[in-house]
Amino acid sequence: MIRALVLTMAGVFGAGAAWAEVIVLQSTTSTQNSGLLDAILPQFEAATGHEVRVVAVGTGQAIRNARNGDGDVLLVHARAAEEEFVAQGWGVERFDVMYNDFILVGPATDPAGIAGSVDVVTALAAVAAARGVFASRGDDSGTHKAELRLWSEAGVDVGGASGGWYRETGSGMGATLNLAAGMQAHVLTDRASWTAFGNKDGLEILVEGDARLFNQYGVIAVNPERHPHVQAEAAQAFIDWMTGPEGQAAIAGFDLQGRQLFFPNAAR
Amino acid sequence: MLLSLRVSLLAVVFAALIGLPLGAALAVGRFPGRRALIILVNALMGLPPVVVGLLVYLALSRSGPFGVLGLLYTPTAMIIAQVVLVTPIIAALTRQTVEMLDAEYAETLRSLGVSRLASVPTLLWDGRLALMTALLAGFGRAIAEVGAVMIVGGNINHVTRVMTTTIALETSKGNLALALALGAVLVILSVLITGAVSMAGMRSASQEVRHA
Repeated sequence: MIRALVLTMAGVFGAGAAWAEVIVLQSTTSTQNSGLLDAILPQFEAATGHEVRVVAVGTGQAIRNARNGDGDVLLVHARAAEEEFVAQGWGVERFDVMYNDFILVGPATDPAGIAGSVDVVTALAAVAAARGVFASRGDDSGTHKAELRLWSEAGVDVGGASGGWYRETGSGMGATLNLAAGMQAHVLTDRASWTAFGNKDGLEILVEGDARLFNQYGVIAVNPERHPHVQAEAAQAFIDWMTGPEGQAAIAGFDLQGRQLFFPNAAR
Repeated sequence: MLLSLRVSLLAVVFAALIGLPLGAALAVGRFPGRRALIILVNALMGLPPVVVGLLVYLALSRSGPFGVLGLLYTPTAMIIAQVVLVTPIIAALTRQTVEMLDAEYAETLRSLGVSRLASVPTLLWDGRLALMTALLAGFGRAIAEVGAVMIVGGNINHVTRVMTTTIALETSKGNLALALALGAVLVILSVLITGAVSMAGMRSASQEVRHA
């Protein structure tokens, strides 16, 4: 009931051009480089009249930018960091939006003998044992956090191997994939970035389908109590749209090379 | 492409408004700390763009001192960052040019009763061809720069995405052919502008010779 009321109000306020706002969305390279945001944001803008400006960086940097007040809404993928952001009062509330999965990509020659495995932790341990070159984001992004969690589950101390077989690029997903192609390295990537990536050069998917490779995206409005200048209403309209039937259908409807890349799972 | 030109040209204009008088003052002025200031300006020519981007981000962030202006992620923020990068280049090269001319003409100008300060416009006008090269050097720095504008502009499509950040984005998508093609366009653009300015400079120089 309340939700319906809020949605209606958002619709009423959004419909008039005089109420149209410009909001800054701090998001990740995976949602932008895959083309998802380019595909769905025009639908939101047409429905509400608001304009969305996307700053695509790693999840860690996106959260820091939002904490500084340099954004109205966050769309990122690192649940623990997102919940901390809300718990510390920087965000209003976190909502699930969609998911996809991570995959372990590596040289088609498969030097560590892990191709076809569905156990990513064992596969990573095998890469470490074989001293197979691994390219890490190393940039505190959502993918980097997920990768470090998997290494810790595998009981591998990658810090000690840094500069040797473990190479931290400190760059975005695309730059890291370019680097991995150049070095014929293993790399953990989200499936959307991989599918959209145009320079695969000798790399292929080696491990996929492990439940631990689940990749959840969440959306959070920046708290107007901390940053009074934020466009709180427009940010809420964005969240309502993304987690509502229209946005969820738009996410499900986005595909690349005939393949759906993001799966809506908002809890509404 | 037009945004790239608009941002970089405006940055050079503002940097020239600061850098030309600053460089000239360093050349003809006589005040304590002048030598140290000259060294500083020369050193600032090597400012890393990414550091400038970070500093301007911290200044313009909503949590920073100028956050209330709401300039972050706008072309204005990109112009500010490029002005910071380009001003030392224009100031340092101006200082050098004007100082050489001053050494040449100081006696004549003094004998005509022109003070050191009043001689600045004359010296700047006399050195305009060399100063054009200083402006071109600044423009080259601005149009080719990616680190600072990426941070303070945010590479927002249709708002703050310029040639260099587009090339960086397409490279990160693995679209290397497209990135290379855009790079070629940027280089051609730069050559055309530099060439046009240089030709104009050479023509006016040869006309002067003919008049003389």
